[in-house]
Amino acid sequence: MTEKIIYIKDTNTSKEDNTSKFYNAFEQKLQGKNLLDKIHLIKIADMGIYNKGITLKLLPENITYVNVKENDIGRIIESTIEKGKTLVDLHLKESYKQVRIALRHCGNLNPENIDEYIANDGYSALTKALTEMSPENVIDEIRKSGLRGRGGGGYPTWLKWKFTLEVDSEQKYVICNADEGDPGAYMDRSMLEGDPHSLIEGMIIAGYAVKATQGYFYIRAEYPLAIERIQKAINQAYEYGLLGKNILDSRVNFDLEIRLGAGAFVCGEETALIASIEGKRGYPRPRPPYPSVKGLWNQPTVINNVETLINVPYIILEGGTKYSSVGTEKSTGTKVFALTGKIKNSGLVEVAMGMPIKNLINDIGGGSATDKKIKAVQTGGPSGGVIPVNYFDTPVSYEALQELGSIMGSGGLIVMDETDCMVDIAKFYLQFCVDESCGKCAPCRIGGYQMLRLLEKISEGKGELGDIDKLKSISQGMQKASLCGLGQTAPNPVVSTLQYFEEEYKEHILEKKCRAGKCSELLSYYIIPDKCTKCGLCFKNCPVNAIKGDRKTGFVIDPDLCIKCGKCAEVCKFDAVTRK
Amino acid sequence: MIKAKINDIEVVVEEGTTILDAAKKLQVKIPTLCKHPDLPPSASCGICVVKVKGSNKMLRACCTEIENDMEVITHDPEIVETRKIVLELILSHHPNECLTCGRNNNCELQTLTAEFGIREECFDKISRDIPRDETTKAIVLEPQKCIQCGRCVLVCQQLQNVWALSFVERGYQSRIAPAADVTLADSPCVKCGQCSAHCPTGAIFEYDETQKVWAALRDPDKYCVVQIAPAVRVALGERFGFTPGTNLTRKIYTMLKRLGFKAVFDTSFGADITVVEEATEFIKRFKDKEADLPLITSCCPAWVDFLEKFHPDMIKHFSTCKSPHQIVGVLSKTYYADIMRINPEQIYMVSIMPCTAKKYEITRDYQMFSSGHQDIDISLTTRELSRMINQAGVDFASLPESDPDQILADYSGGGVIFGTTGGVMEAALRSAYYYATGKNLKRVEFDNIRGLDGVKEAEMPVNDTRVCFAVAHGLGNVEKVLNKVREAKQNNETLPYHFIEVMACPGGCIGGGGQPVSINDDIRLERGRGLYEDDKTKNIRNCHNNPFIKKLYDEFLGHPGSHKSHEILHTSYMERKDYRFKI
Repeated sequence: MTEKIIYIKDTNTSKEDNTSKFYNAFEQKLQGKNLLDKIHLIKIADMGIYNKGITLKLLPENITYVNVKENDIGRIIESTIEKGKTLVDLHLKESYKQVRIALRHCGNLNPENIDEYIANDGYSALTKALTEMSPENVIDEIRKSGLRGRGGGGYPTWLKWKFTLEVDSEQKYVICNADEGDPGAYMDRSMLEGDPHSLIEGMIIAGYAVKATQGYFYIRAEYPLAIERIQKAINQAYEYGLLGKNILDSRVNFDLEIRLGAGAFVCGEETALIASIEGKRGYPRPRPPYPSVKGLWNQPTVINNVETLINVPYIILEGGTKYSSVGTEKSTGTKVFALTGKIKNSGLVEVAMGMPIKNLINDIGGGSATDKKIKAVQTGGPSGGVIPVNYFDTPVSYEALQELGSIMGSGGLIVMDETDCMVDIAKFYLQFCVDESCGKCAPCRIGGYQMLRLLEKISEGKGELGDIDKLKSISQGMQKASLCGLGQTAPNPVVSTLQYFEEEYKEHILEKKCRAGKCSELLSYYIIPDKCTKCGLCFKNCPVNAIKGDRKTGFVIDPDLCIKCGKCAEVCKFDAVTRK
Repeated sequence: MIKAKINDIEVVVEEGTTILDAAKKLQVKIPTLCKHPDLPPSASCGICVVKVKGSNKMLRACCTEIENDMEVITHDPEIVETRKIVLELILSHHPNECLTCGRNNNCELQTLTAEFGIREECFDKISRDIPRDETTKAIVLEPQKCIQCGRCVLVCQQLQNVWALSFVERGYQSRIAPAADVTLADSPCVKCGQCSAHCPTGAIFEYDETQKVWAALRDPDKYCVVQIAPAVRVALGERFGFTPGTNLTRKIYTMLKRLGFKAVFDTSFGADITVVEEATEFIKRFKDKEADLPLITSCCPAWVDFLEKFHPDMIKHFSTCKSPHQIVGVLSKTYYADIMRINPEQIYMVSIMPCTAKKYEITRDYQMFSSGHQDIDISLTTRELSRMINQAGVDFASLPESDPDQILADYSGGGVIFGTTGGVMEAALRSAYYYATGKNLKRVEFDNIRGLDGVKEAEMPVNDTRVCFAVAHGLGNVEKVLNKVREAKQNNETLPYHFIEVMACPGGCIGGGGQPVSINDDIRLERGRGLYEDDKTKNIRNCHNNPFIKKLYDEFLGHPGSHKSHEILHTSYMERKDYRFKI
């Protein structure tokens, strides 16, 4: 029997308790069968699979079992390990709909071991580039692949590189933008933590292609594990002569260092990021000149997102044509999405571009997590927009999403159902952008705050019809006159919810009603006398004594005192408390 | 050359021209708020947006270079509407204190609002409660009125290299403040006031002391005297309808007397003394091979503060001679008081300066009290004087001309060019040449140290030796000059310069931080021209030839560099911390 590796992870939680318990049980069983020297059990931190209980990945067969119970261990050893049979009931079936290119190594390789990476064709793309290809060839291969910036902009990667290559300068830079900041997005984090060597390889290739000799990872300081692993990987790469002077005897030099982001969202914007690396206040500056011509320390600089760079070794090794065979004509390859919200299977997924939204949500995401109907999906993070359910046939691609008033963004997908209020959603994202606005340009600094105040007014039932026009005109000012992408796109959640759900705004304003029941100022709690058993539980639990009455006469809620906390409805065993 | 179209009109401009400047060539005025001709674009306000055919984005005209075949649209309904929205947003974050604001009727935001015809406030007011900072008693920060155009920060950091002002916090809470949010007095601020001269609104302002002067003028026990600085005479008129550079010296004398001052002195007279003292000091150092050369001028108080804070190793090169206005100050309470038989305690000395740092200088250290009293009681800026004139109810423009007092007033041509960059050097060289050779120069103009280049260098043969000198203005240009000196000293090479003139403000005092706002290089040149004209028409152009100076030395001081003059006309310097509470 060949040696096997089995990765173990409790995908329901980030805590290790269950994983360790299962690990110990498994180990015991293996010991009983004297298989411990052949089967290597490894606990890992992330597998890219979520909410599927204890999950196992068996290598080299690459079989994934989900929702494994301790009493399944016996069958797994007997059938799969000893006889090589797959257990159909445990086997993860959905994975065939995902295409894993960017996440190809995440969860499959020990990220802290360079040998493992090299054994799996690691750094062979670099070798190929250095020995068989000129910088122009490399850029041409990227052009063939159709790879576009995965940070959200979707700018063709090869063009960026070409501009930088064409500038005659003694010093050029490559920067990996790992300042992931969208709420609910953690694609970059998984790649940084799970596959640091592919990123380093991508950076060196980018450096070779544009003739840069210095690279920086700009990682947000809130990602300590990512920082640790990247640093470890950089050290290993130096040790192996893959970084530094004369890499693989090619006379190519490339050095890599980490710079930490101090927690400003705007520093994910490339010009602000450059200012931050230079030690200045993280302010964006007008473009042009673009960083590819005049970037860090005024030198030509390639800035690419984590997901963009991680695709590079694959493209060089497998060829651009193979990469572009996946996806649509203009949006090639795959995209990693972070599925969250009211969805059954939340987690990171990587799918081919062009997959309709409904397949992504229903087939891979497993549909609604509750019995409520899905209403819309929010893509692109705080800069994106809301797409209502009747547009779910739309394929995920840069163009299609933009047409709907949203953007691809870095890949956040938040699913919303009927209990989500669109005014509230818009308010949430705007609040984020207001908090994160750097304050340099007037449209974003003041416009965002004014819009937020208008939304607050509407959600409190104090809105007027004219407020919708005000929201629209501020949006215009911000979109057209803001200096950087943050300000230009900050109104998108408001614009798109107004586009598709204007009637919800009007309900808030005219009828003082929030149909989703989210805007607490617009709710009133009532006790239905017919259902009330006069048990008094609500009376006892009300934190502000807003419930009046006694067990003889029954109870009523005083709307003037009620703070709409919902405690009464929560404790009532007879569904006698309702809100309208 | 770049060929493009703006509003369908063809324009040919040099490569690198912005859309804004290209539009100016076609008489197209794109509105701006944050852009200032002295500064690189900060691109913060978003008012100057324009469209370029083929792009659905709007671009900022202030910082976008025009390209070949570009078709720019500067005005269409959507562009105008967008600009208006942005302006309305800025207004919603700015207090409605126009009537009581120091910049009322002279405010760029107010003007723009009027131009856009905004008649009602579209958005709710966002009020901010940020306290005023008056700690320097020279410059007042009023962040509530700030529209965050970023000019002051660019001025302070890039033009002046002081780095006292920056932005703190972020988003709608971001505001201007000294780094680390200390008070301005505890910050590296050198009080040059360039921030206040560039502020489009009333957010940065001179520390107003006009009321104190009015009170003194109305106090029967006080004997109020006044002096005006060279640069004031060619700039004040701008506030009263005169073109920049119009020399109003004799009108101002009349005005000051009408305000109630008992005697009117001229700082240019003090400049003559400064030159005589400084030239003597220079020749002494030049002849004594061991002495510290180069000699660096010290009549600019912002520069003095800057050097004490950032270049203390250069203190020994500083001329110990006081600035002209301090000299007039101390002489008014000694020499003048003696002649007039007035108790110096009663004398209330007001100086009218183009400068905010002079407010700081008058109490800089104990040597500013060498008359036994505070030599200068109040230093007003040109802007403050213009307000006093308005308050006095006098039709300034039509005032007749008059003469100053016979004592401490008649000045030479060399004294009046003190107000412009290169002027101190030029006047000092005229006298130094005389002291070294015993002869006056045949041609007194030094053309290559005139003009607005940041650093100007020249040399002059004196008795078979070459005297090399440099003139720097704008504190951002100083370091280059000083580093050259440091390098030469380190390598034991010949000194690049023997004499260095520095003025903190771009253009010198004519572009001072206390001068009328809306400054640019054209205005600086005009003001400078006004001073050079004054020099040209003077019978006496060398400071040392001024008979009143000779008289002063004969009667009171003895000779240049005498013990007496060292006692009251010279000062000393010391190292100061950039941040006052730095550990």
